[in-house]
Amino acid sequence: MTATDPTTSTTPVATPAPEAIAGDGGIRSYHGQPVLKEPVWSWEIPCYFYTGGLTGASSGLAFLAELRGNDLLARRAWAAAMMGGVASPLLLISDLGKPERFLNMLRMFKVTSPMSVGSWILVVAGGSTPLAAIDAWTGWIPGGKYARRTAAMFGLPLATYTAALVSNTAIPVWHKAHRMLPFVFGSGAAMSAGAATVALTPPGAAAPARRLALAGAVAGAVTSELMEHRLGEQGEPYKQGAAATFRRVGRVAGAAGALLLVSRGRSSRAAAVASGMLLSAAALSTRWSVFKAGFQSASDPKYVIGPQREAISRGERRGAARREPRI
Amino acid sequence: MTLDTVSWPASYGDEAKPRKGFFTDTSICIGCKACEVACKEWNQIPMSIKGFSGKSYDNTLALGANTWRHVAFVEQRVPAGVDDGASLVEAAARADVIDAGVHTYQEGDGLRWLMASDVCKHCTDAACLEVCPTGALFRTEFGTVVVQEDICNGCGYCIPACPFGVLEQRKDDGRVWKCTLCYDRLKEDQQPACAQACPTDSIQFGELDELRHRAEGRLKRLQDAGQAEARLYLADDDDGIHGAGAFFLLLDEPEVYGLPPDPVDTRHELGSIWSAAGAAALALGAGLIAAVFGGRR
Repeated sequence: MTATDPTTSTTPVATPAPEAIAGDGGIRSYHGQPVLKEPVWSWEIPCYFYTGGLTGASSGLAFLAELRGNDLLARRAWAAAMMGGVASPLLLISDLGKPERFLNMLRMFKVTSPMSVGSWILVVAGGSTPLAAIDAWTGWIPGGKYARRTAAMFGLPLATYTAALVSNTAIPVWHKAHRMLPFVFGSGAAMSAGAATVALTPPGAAAPARRLALAGAVAGAVTSELMEHRLGEQGEPYKQGAAATFRRVGRVAGAAGALLLVSRGRSSRAAAVASGMLLSAAALSTRWSVFKAGFQSASDPKYVIGPQREAISRGERRGAARREPRI
Repeated sequence: MTLDTVSWPASYGDEAKPRKGFFTDTSICIGCKACEVACKEWNQIPMSIKGFSGKSYDNTLALGANTWRHVAFVEQRVPAGVDDGASLVEAAARADVIDAGVHTYQEGDGLRWLMASDVCKHCTDAACLEVCPTGALFRTEFGTVVVQEDICNGCGYCIPACPFGVLEQRKDDGRVWKCTLCYDRLKEDQQPACAQACPTDSIQFGELDELRHRAEGRLKRLQDAGQAEARLYLADDDDGIHGAGAFFLLLDEPEVYGLPPDPVDTRHELGSIWSAAGAAALALGAGLIAAVFGGRR
């Protein structure tokens, strides 16, 4: 590492070896400063992850329950879908730095921006869901069946595109989980829709919603576990700080809600309502956990620099620096 | 060298100008912060006082909405034994340091200073621009990346998308701000304020292919003079952002200056990101069908 001028007898000026000034776990950084910026998104965004999933999966549940001839369940599911569908755009607009410019979201359609694609999905799903719900309850909407089909179809991407949105960033804990995160969100959406509908529907008509809520809870636990396992050291933020707290709340509420639903959900309306609320809290809390983990991953330079430096050391990546002159 | 981006020069046709950029040669940066001041004055950027940071001479700490040029200060102990000390004194007495022909401001007796003026990289593959849902971020005729302040609605998506942490929201204003590579000055055939103010030509402005050529010469000269740690950063088309409009000559690993060693544009994985989201949507549909039809009504 000693740099000596070969042409003269100039004093050798040694460059300190990396290990000599290594700080946090062998990672070199600039005074421990973060490399990435944390997002500026506030509480509205994780809540929207929940309401978007709720709307999307509830529309599908309602549409399919109609097909099966369970109109009582279908109407309650449409009501759940409508609640989420009305809340979602309000949450998103409220989070903008310039809310009065929310229509600029529709200036273009860009596949490279999941937020752009998602805005259009939300326009279609958020526009058709209230129409579908009102039609299901009153039959007043002309062409209501088209609104129902549209809401059900666009509800599916509405429930998972938000995972693509956060994955399509430089934040390691989100980006490196891009294959699993949509399944975590999709499972959460199923649990949210099932839970809300279980809470709103008399137990006798709610069997499909119970199955959906339980399947979503199980799938959510499995996919979250798989995601964290695949992240390895990069998944550490899920075990620290606010992300860990929300993760724990999500698991405890999810397990309690699922147990209550299985044991008493068929016989007791009160138990059904309680389990629906517990599972809803679990779904919301899980989204918060993912949200907070991203902030923690961005703010610690070791999660950003460490894996990049390791990939260069292993020869998998060339990195962005080069010492050999090309001249 | 290709230098082409997705939208430059093709979408500009006859109006395309040569791609402009910065070559920041940190080996001759003296840490005067003239670039920060000139940038602030020209672009009328609000103050960004963070108080005394205790981190060398750096009290702005990072690029952000109100810091479009940021001078990093790194103090490194050079391991020096008794013999080294003696030879340093001897060398200084002989003034051999100057006789070497090529020298940097970072060589000292037992302490090495690294100073570097950081800036938006104006990436060839610019994640901020690609994720911007409003089109507020765009590629100019000079191949640079600029935020249109009359369009940005403060959605904040570009902020975590940038692998360098350049973009930031101005709290009182709600919009995102960053270096424009002095787009207004470029239109008048003027160089950016920081480059004009730099007293040592550590910040060099010009046509990107010319700058790259010049940088290779400087790298070779430093290497030949024994600066084995000298390296070019973001000067190649085969890195994770396919090269930058603003690239650097560094005297240590990038992370020492707060720069990521292997920045990657997230769009390079957009295909698998969308595939996974699509597959999950289909799985959700299948789950819904199974839940509704897979048991009693």
